[in-house]
Amino acid sequence: MTQREQWGSRLGFILAAVGSAIGLGNIWRFPYMAYENGGGAFLIPYLFAMLTAGIPFMILEFTLGHRFRGSAPKALASIGRRWEWLGWIQVMVATTIAVYYVAVVGWTISYTGFALSGAWGEDPKAFFFGEFLGLTSGALELGSLRPTILGAVALAWAVTWLACVSGVRAGIERAGKVLMPVLFLLVLVFTLRVVWLDGAAQGVNWLFTPDFSRLTDYRVWVAAYGQIFFTLSVGFAIMIAYSSYLPARSDINNNAFMTVFINCGFSMLAGVMIFSVLGYMAARQGVPLSEVAGGGVGLAFVTIPTAINLMPMPVFFGTLFFLSLTMAGMSSHISIVEACISAFMDKFGWSRKTTATSLCLAGFVISSVFCLGGGLYVLDIVDHFANNLGILGVALAEIFLLSWLCRLEVVREHANSVSEFAVGAWWTICLRYLSVGILALLVVLNLYGDLTAPYGGYGSTELLAYGWTVIAACVLLGLALRATSGRPGFAVKHDASLRGES
Amino acid sequence: MSASAIIMMCVGFGITWGGAALCLRIALGARG
Repeated sequence: MTQREQWGSRLGFILAAVGSAIGLGNIWRFPYMAYENGGGAFLIPYLFAMLTAGIPFMILEFTLGHRFRGSAPKALASIGRRWEWLGWIQVMVATTIAVYYVAVVGWTISYTGFALSGAWGEDPKAFFFGEFLGLTSGALELGSLRPTILGAVALAWAVTWLACVSGVRAGIERAGKVLMPVLFLLVLVFTLRVVWLDGAAQGVNWLFTPDFSRLTDYRVWVAAYGQIFFTLSVGFAIMIAYSSYLPARSDINNNAFMTVFINCGFSMLAGVMIFSVLGYMAARQGVPLSEVAGGGVGLAFVTIPTAINLMPMPVFFGTLFFLSLTMAGMSSHISIVEACISAFMDKFGWSRKTTATSLCLAGFVISSVFCLGGGLYVLDIVDHFANNLGILGVALAEIFLLSWLCRLEVVREHANSVSEFAVGAWWTICLRYLSVGILALLVVLNLYGDLTAPYGGYGSTELLAYGWTVIAACVLLGLALRATSGRPGFAVKHDASLRGES
Repeated sequence: MSASAIIMMCVGFGITWGGAALCLRIALGARG
């Protein structure tokens, strides 16, 4: 049996894990969520969620990968063969995210080019939805392929393929060592410049001014926990795969703390960057901030280009901003695809080259759906279901399994035995009660919301075709892959101690 | 900027980046 690949250095692992966690959401989701949920006061539930859910979950995933030296299906199968299905559903959710996430990365790549020529002109909204996306009238009208987007998506897949096929050390680690320092530098330069613009301080003031009355609203706490679960890339196979490449003598606890702190610190920085731009835009247009504040695709591809048009040196700012988004998106996409590659390599014994090439090619073909005129609608629906039911559902199942059906103390003992500092009983309590409770509440609320009111005003046919069907496909494919016989020796070493049987 | 906004900003940056710096110090200390 060949030796499992390993990270070349601790720094390489941390940068790759941070690169996975830091994604588009840190830049376009966190700032607006903070602004909407009490401004500075939102930081209290957010930081509380980081300490009580984010860090414990990260330690759990790092420990699973490190202890079992395998991807999510292998790690879960090593606990007990009957749990392998959960790992495969996690991988299927990751695959779903990989195929649509890359479309957004394709948009950011295209926009990096557009920024050089100011291609979006005086009306970025019309340019984005019309000229660029060629948006159709609805999700059932898919329209024609957009060559520019398809080309950019092909480029993004090619970069991911190159990083993954080159291996853990020569590909993924090297990509992290380039992408992360460059991303931090770009965001830092952008932020240090925009904070001096007129109105920027006012924008940052709006973001951080606390409205403590919002802390009594349970929805603010739910939003904070939701943001922490989404931002850290935990619960859907990535961090287990990454930590499976750690050498035997590796720290777990300190690495997990560092990864989470850097990710959340980056979100703070992104908040200052985005709200400086929004404050400047509001000041220039003479409108209140509430009129320009927003998040998601609208913020990145409509609001920011509009603001860039008003700025001095628009080419510089535009290129910097969209290059930052591209770097953040690429590092996350590489990690999502690697989570899938490692799972197939573990189970079927395929070579890295065969697995990476087949998965990236298949992924590219499926991604082309999101390069159609109606791609944005499909992406919006798939994203909603994959996040709100997919990720949260499998994350809940994983924590429930580990904390209620297994001996979580064994996991803690393993993490503490190799780490630079130990975590106490608080870790077990946070996972067993707090994380399980909050995740269950999130899943129930989301499920109830989706069953009682159609998401985004879409028709039931669209939601059934692109939402519920995708979730059902993830479950069915996961079960099918569990039932498929793998290579001899796959997860034969069952860990009875974790199941409390020793 | 208001004092409360500055305080909350310092809390946010302090806990996250301060925490990361502390972890780095522990890692460097452990390496000797």
